[in-house]
Amino acid sequence: MSDPMAEIRASFFIECEELLEALQDGLTAMDGGDDDAETINICFRAVHSMKGGAGAFGLEQLVRFAHRYETVMDEVRAGRLSPDRDAMMLFFRAADVLSDIVRASRDGTEVDQSETEAVLTQLESLAGGALDEEEEEEVTDFQPMTLSFDLDSPPAPTEDTPWTIRFTPHKALFASGNEPQHLLRALSALGEAETVCEQDRIPTLDALDPEDALLSWTITLDSTKSESEIREVFDFVDGICDLEVSGGGGGGGGFALPALDDIPSTIDDGAPAEEAPAPNIAASPPRITLSAPTDETMASDSAAPAPSSAAAPATAPATPTPATPTPVTPTPDAAPAKVETSKPAKPSGQAGGQATASQSKATVRVDLDRIDRLVNLVGELVINQAMLSQSVQEADIPSNSPVSQGLEEFMQLTRDIQDSVMMIRAQPVKSLFQRMSRIVREASAAVNKRTRLVTEGEATEVDKTVIERLADPLTHMIRNAVDHGLESSADRVAAGKSEEGTVTLTAVHRSGRVVIEVSDDGGGINRPKVREIAESKGLIAEGISLSDSEIDNLLFLPGFSTAKEVSDLSGRGVGMDVVRSAIQELGGRISITSEPGVGTCFSISLPLTLAVLDGMVVRSGGETMVVPLGSIVETLSLQDNEIRSVGPGANVLHIRNSFVPLLDLAVALGFREPLESYDGSVVLLITQEDGTRSALVVDSIEEQRQVVIKGLQESYGHVPGIAAATILGDGQVALILDPVDLMSTVAGKKPGAGPSLELAG
Amino acid sequence: MGLQVLAVDDSRTIRDMLKMALTQAGFEARFAEDGVHGLEVLSGTMPDAIITDINMPRLDGFGFIEAVRAQADYRATPILVLTTESAPELKAKARAAGATGWIVKPFDPEKLVRALHTVAGPGAT
Amino acid sequence: MTERSIKDNEIGELELLSFKVGEQEYSVDIMLVREIRGWTRATPLPHSEQYVRGVINLRGAVLPIIDLACRLGLGATQTTERNVIIVVQIHDQSIGLLVDAVSDIISIPRNELQTPPEIATDASNSFVQALTVVEGRMLRVIDLDAVYPTREGHAA
Repeated sequence: MSDPMAEIRASFFIECEELLEALQDGLTAMDGGDDDAETINICFRAVHSMKGGAGAFGLEQLVRFAHRYETVMDEVRAGRLSPDRDAMMLFFRAADVLSDIVRASRDGTEVDQSETEAVLTQLESLAGGALDEEEEEEVTDFQPMTLSFDLDSPPAPTEDTPWTIRFTPHKALFASGNEPQHLLRALSALGEAETVCEQDRIPTLDALDPEDALLSWTITLDSTKSESEIREVFDFVDGICDLEVSGGGGGGGGFALPALDDIPSTIDDGAPAEEAPAPNIAASPPRITLSAPTDETMASDSAAPAPSSAAAPATAPATPTPATPTPVTPTPDAAPAKVETSKPAKPSGQAGGQATASQSKATVRVDLDRIDRLVNLVGELVINQAMLSQSVQEADIPSNSPVSQGLEEFMQLTRDIQDSVMMIRAQPVKSLFQRMSRIVREASAAVNKRTRLVTEGEATEVDKTVIERLADPLTHMIRNAVDHGLESSADRVAAGKSEEGTVTLTAVHRSGRVVIEVSDDGGGINRPKVREIAESKGLIAEGISLSDSEIDNLLFLPGFSTAKEVSDLSGRGVGMDVVRSAIQELGGRISITSEPGVGTCFSISLPLTLAVLDGMVVRSGGETMVVPLGSIVETLSLQDNEIRSVGPGANVLHIRNSFVPLLDLAVALGFREPLESYDGSVVLLITQEDGTRSALVVDSIEEQRQVVIKGLQESYGHVPGIAAATILGDGQVALILDPVDLMSTVAGKKPGAGPSLELAG
Repeated sequence: MGLQVLAVDDSRTIRDMLKMALTQAGFEARFAEDGVHGLEVLSGTMPDAIITDINMPRLDGFGFIEAVRAQADYRATPILVLTTESAPELKAKARAAGATGWIVKPFDPEKLVRALHTVAGPGAT
Repeated sequence: MTERSIKDNEIGELELLSFKVGEQEYSVDIMLVREIRGWTRATPLPHSEQYVRGVINLRGAVLPIIDLACRLGLGATQTTERNVIIVVQIHDQSIGLLVDAVSDIISIPRNELQTPPEIATDASNSFVQALTVVEGRMLRVIDLDAVYPTREGHAA
């Protein structure tokens, strides 16, 4: 086991991420008009908790920032400050800075000081007088201490001048749950103590208020401690007792003397002492007896005759045992408690039911590597099972035999295990979307536009790896939407739109994939402009006839940038081509739709997982390949008379009164020359994101099955038209096709001839 | 041997730190995540001391202390408040709610243990 | 990486795995060799370089296979059952080198390695990292980085 503090520290940063998310949610709700007191409370608590933890690890910058942020939030919470739009914007900004500081603290890096200071200053001015120096200093106060006595404490006494402490509890002291016995014991831990109890105020039994405080103690303490250290013992009872500390500096034991007038008493005997000042609560442990059984010394002392030589015969030598605060060796009983997730034995009346309901689910944090290992193993299991199935099939074992039935169950179990393992990796896209709200804020500020981010489908779950690798492309798309998608405020107003632009980020599960869309309500793609730029950059031939959608897709060409001048944001050398290849690496596709004056929408379609796929195993040109089932609309058997030639090497399939571009897979992949006749071949009708269809010719269909995706990317690189590879039941590697990429690859070679077919329309 | 302590805090980090400090001191600690949860965990048990945070969801520290004190069994149970501020008003408020003492966050484990002994004694035998 | 692993281990001998490609003898630092296995049909990758024979299944991993003869400009290998795949580690990834046969493991003192002469007339010389003479024969040490540049032209 590693250093427990290091573990807690790591766990603290994970908690911070959760708190930042809660803060972001709360702020978003507030920004949306939610003025529920609990909402601001949640925000306040999130910041407050970060501050609390940060203090423990000495993360001063985090403490300082969180403190000021929290103070302003407290003003809002108390109703002294109403969060107008500017304040909300500042809160969002502060949340961004806070998350920067958290991450910098975690990673040991630096944050942008100018932004931090700027936000701090603004927070301060917003808080007005609520922040004063006194509070600022409190933050770094590491210890509980008395506030008022420290400054004038006399120097520590010399060893031979004992302190005299006179301590008279008030009734309120008992009400607060404090206990003179424990205080005296704590005091005696500071040195040699002699304690005298005064009982003169105890009335007769009939007049006794059992809850009143009727005793006083005078303690002579031989200790090297300072007065403030002595007073610290009584910190908790400050104001609910009379406390006089004298001596030390040579003031003498004057206060001890009055005690001598009274009936001397050791405190361990005598019912009055037992009954009088103690809060008479049945359940409380024996309270006031200073002769608590732990103090054997005292028990024996009081049993023995009082030493005659003592100046005051009444003074019982009280507990010199300095033992109290010593850590005790843990017993098995006291071993680390595992209470956190356990349910209480019996819910208490007022809160029981609903409390359990809103309890957060118990979770386990697992190293991602372990899950990945499990995912890989399950992948191997799937392959192994496929191989086994194949062997059983080849062995001609009847399907009703126990072997076949057992194998059937094995397959079902394998699928269930696979699904469950994939679920472990799935995460809601919420955290990703939250990061984007910050991008929108920063991007809008940089280009001086007012932008609102609307998110939908935050709960949609996607493989964790996909989420992580989506962050960069999505960031770029969001920046683009703000920078290029939305018009300037003036233009918007002129167009009769709201001054504030809207960028919408949605996630939804659609037919086994997750679709993420970034749309804006801007002016739409300026197609003449796009065309002009593409021509001027030599990306397309001048005057070539292009459909709207083809023009839109020019944005994905390498080296294309629509910005007239390099703006603050998008001109970072990253174009939509990079976004597209990042998406492709994830096995995804990106498409674009745009309507002039209404806006532009980028749609990313991704596999739910990077690990398995439902595929159709086909043969083509002597090779076995896998086509993702999700992309296939229909399978047909082909007759030559259904093929129409629309140019050299370009064919279309005539199907139900429409023409669909036709592509021979083996030819497209360069595995063979076009055939003379395709009679009897199989056609897979493939649909693209934008709904256009195309037909893929293969030799035969083998089977439908789930395949484990093995990336080619890492070991080889991107292969046009190929999404990944898999391993089939015979142990051979089969390539998994990316039909849409294949079509566009082939279409991209338009002017050239080659064996490929031209994609019409 | 050690004290039995119930600690209520909504921050996992603080709970972790309390757990470390308390178990190292040989105390037996139970934990709750907020005031409501704290009352549930408390129910049927008789801890030597309770530690509670102030700012918590559902039921805050003040509400929690009041609810604890309202039950006869816990009228005298020492309660320490965990607070990031040591402002006198906060202490006064904590005491008014029925707290026995307070610990300023971030806490020093030794001081925490000493404070617990100051309010709850050396522990049951 | 190959270069470093040779230099790093200054002390003692360097162990080389020698093998035949075409009619020539090459070798590779044995520390970079993961395993040697018999030839199995590779699944061809469309639109790939000619020297990329395709990919094979290496215990669940997809392993690209380089036809070394083709890569060195000695013509594509006509594979038979006697061909061998040497699985080597380049950076963080594994690739398979298709060769004719594995010959020997040779220990040579490190200081006997020579850098190849600059007058590289033949294309295959650019893939040679070092030369040495063993029992009168010239032995070339293959530069794996040059044989299989990492993606995005890292070593190009």
